[in-house]
Amino acid sequence: MKQKIRKITKMRLFLPIFSMLLVMAINMIYDVANGNVFYNFFTISMKNGLLYGRLIDILNRGSEAAILAIGMTLVVSSSAGVDISVGSVMSLAGGMCCMLLAGFGNANVSQYAVPLWVGLIAGLLIACLCGAFNGFLVSYLNIQPMVATLILFSAGRAIGLLLCNSAIVYVRVSSFQFLGGYCGFIPTPILVAAVCIIVMSLVLKHTALGMYVQSVGINAKAARISGYQSKRIIFTTFVICGLLAGIAGLVATSRIYSADTNNIGLNFELDAILAVALGGNSLGGGKFRLSGSIIGAYTIQAITTTLYALGISSAQAPVFKAVIVIMIVTIQSPAMKNYLAKREAAKLLAAHKEVVGI
Amino acid sequence: MKKLLAILTALTMVFALCSFAVAEDLIKVGYAQVGHESDWRNANTQNYKDVFSTENGYDLSFVDCDNDNAVQIEAVRNFIQQGLDYIIIAPIETAGWNTVLKEAKDAGIPVIIADRAVDADPSEYTAREGTDMVKEGETAANWLAENFAGKDANILVIEGSVGSSAALGRSEGFANIMKDHPEWKIVDSQSGDFTQAGGQQVMESYLKSYPGKFNVVVCQNDNEAYGAMDAMDAAGVTYGVGKDVTLISFDATHAGLQDTLDGKINCDVECNPIQAGVVKDIITKLAAGETVEKFTLIVDKAFVAPTITSQYATTMTQEVLEGRAY
Repeated sequence: MKQKIRKITKMRLFLPIFSMLLVMAINMIYDVANGNVFYNFFTISMKNGLLYGRLIDILNRGSEAAILAIGMTLVVSSSAGVDISVGSVMSLAGGMCCMLLAGFGNANVSQYAVPLWVGLIAGLLIACLCGAFNGFLVSYLNIQPMVATLILFSAGRAIGLLLCNSAIVYVRVSSFQFLGGYCGFIPTPILVAAVCIIVMSLVLKHTALGMYVQSVGINAKAARISGYQSKRIIFTTFVICGLLAGIAGLVATSRIYSADTNNIGLNFELDAILAVALGGNSLGGGKFRLSGSIIGAYTIQAITTTLYALGISSAQAPVFKAVIVIMIVTIQSPAMKNYLAKREAAKLLAAHKEVVGI
Repeated sequence: MKKLLAILTALTMVFALCSFAVAEDLIKVGYAQVGHESDWRNANTQNYKDVFSTENGYDLSFVDCDNDNAVQIEAVRNFIQQGLDYIIIAPIETAGWNTVLKEAKDAGIPVIIADRAVDADPSEYTAREGTDMVKEGETAANWLAENFAGKDANILVIEGSVGSSAALGRSEGFANIMKDHPEWKIVDSQSGDFTQAGGQQVMESYLKSYPGKFNVVVCQNDNEAYGAMDAMDAAGVTYGVGKDVTLISFDATHAGLQDTLDGKINCDVECNPIQAGVVKDIITKLAAGETVEKFTLIVDKAFVAPTITSQYATTMTQEVLEGRAY
């Protein structure tokens, strides 16, 4: 029994998963205290022909953060820096898409000016372009990732505002709401996130990209000497990150069938970075676990959903969020791990002494 | 090189002269605007640009301060240095204005505080105009009292951004009237940050926490109301005139009033961005040497869905919607 537990706790994803369960446990306690059944938070039902429940909310609302976390993990791994422009790129992609669909200068339309696919592709293209710009600055001009992406962090949103003529552009066409709405009875964002995750996992598994990225992250110089094109690999990770930010932006835009350029993706870069960290990945680059980051992203959304469920006043919500994050980060910190390992060693030693009878 | 410099200098002087010639008979007005954070703000900006146009005899220096307090104070200092005739400020923050206001006073430039309030003695500025958010909240509650006529109301509130004057005022006004209605209960109140996505998330959570336990939803702006409607649509909860949930919203934007006309929003309380005319009147009076009121209230109306009549609100029609500039 003891060994089984030890085996589980030694699993690589134990801590991220444990953190997520910890967050959900808060809800169980709250439900019991309120006289509800303890599994109240976890019930999933069908309502109005759609999946319905808090867990569905977490999966649905966490989609954007999860999609961003994939790209952020690659960027962190290869460049040992973060891309802080993803939130702005989301907004820009959404703005580009809506501007084309509505026609420049129109703020409220009920039919497309260009076909839907043109808008979506244009949104993704401009996001890739942003990623390429960031990648070029970081890999070929050797600018610190945070400084390089700071440019689009501030400019991306502003360009989006220019495209939308400083207004919230509404595209009230039902097919435009599909990406952020429902596909059958499942919220489409969940499917979009799942596709992104599956495609990226397959790419990492069946191509050498994952190995390239990690090698460059561990030691760019050594990787270059070994024949890897470090610069091109870092560049690629930024383009992928931009593309994924674009996808997330289109989902967020479709949810509200409008380009609210001031608010789409606001502070999402922080969630994406936090997701990578919560997933047990080092922000110093090198080795990474994609699954960890994705669990991290959903953990962040679980915290948000929990705070809504507890009815904590939004003025105090950030404090609670901070407390939970501190707890999770402390549990996962190397110092804590060392302490636990030492305690275990001491126990083993004591047991050993007992056996030999000293 | 020297020649080039000479030509440049000459050109600059000509330009300077030209601008002098143009500016001489125009009234120079500076407007330090909050930013461009919402459709409401953009409508407000456009209104100022239309009213203080060159054709109307004004030379408007417009600064978009992008919600940055330091930028705004700097902008006002610049206005003072340029020696403008009048300065209009839509203050981002309420505090920290005393020094700049004194500088303007020393320079003899009248200052008009627009839209929001400042934490300063009224003697420090010339005049102030704005809407009364507390009154907006009271209007909404008065309408609800009239419409519900003693029925129990279980109310869910989706607040605006925490600490914003609009959110505080609207909550306060609603609470003022609610004191006289023991049959009303606020079930929960959370912030949706004045955005549609925020409204969606808060409403999604409410629907799970209080299924069937509410019959009124109050959204503190139209964008949140759109989000609340999205979430209720998905969960199959009906809202609007004659439906399960009575929906109250604020701002009365064009799209919000369209929803009111369609009977989806029961009551939409206006927050009027068309304020430049009032400021222009104040300036005209000041120029003529007349005294002006310290505070001019911009009156907010309210609009209700077509089948409702109310003493507190106008019943929506297609003509009302088409007659709105904003």
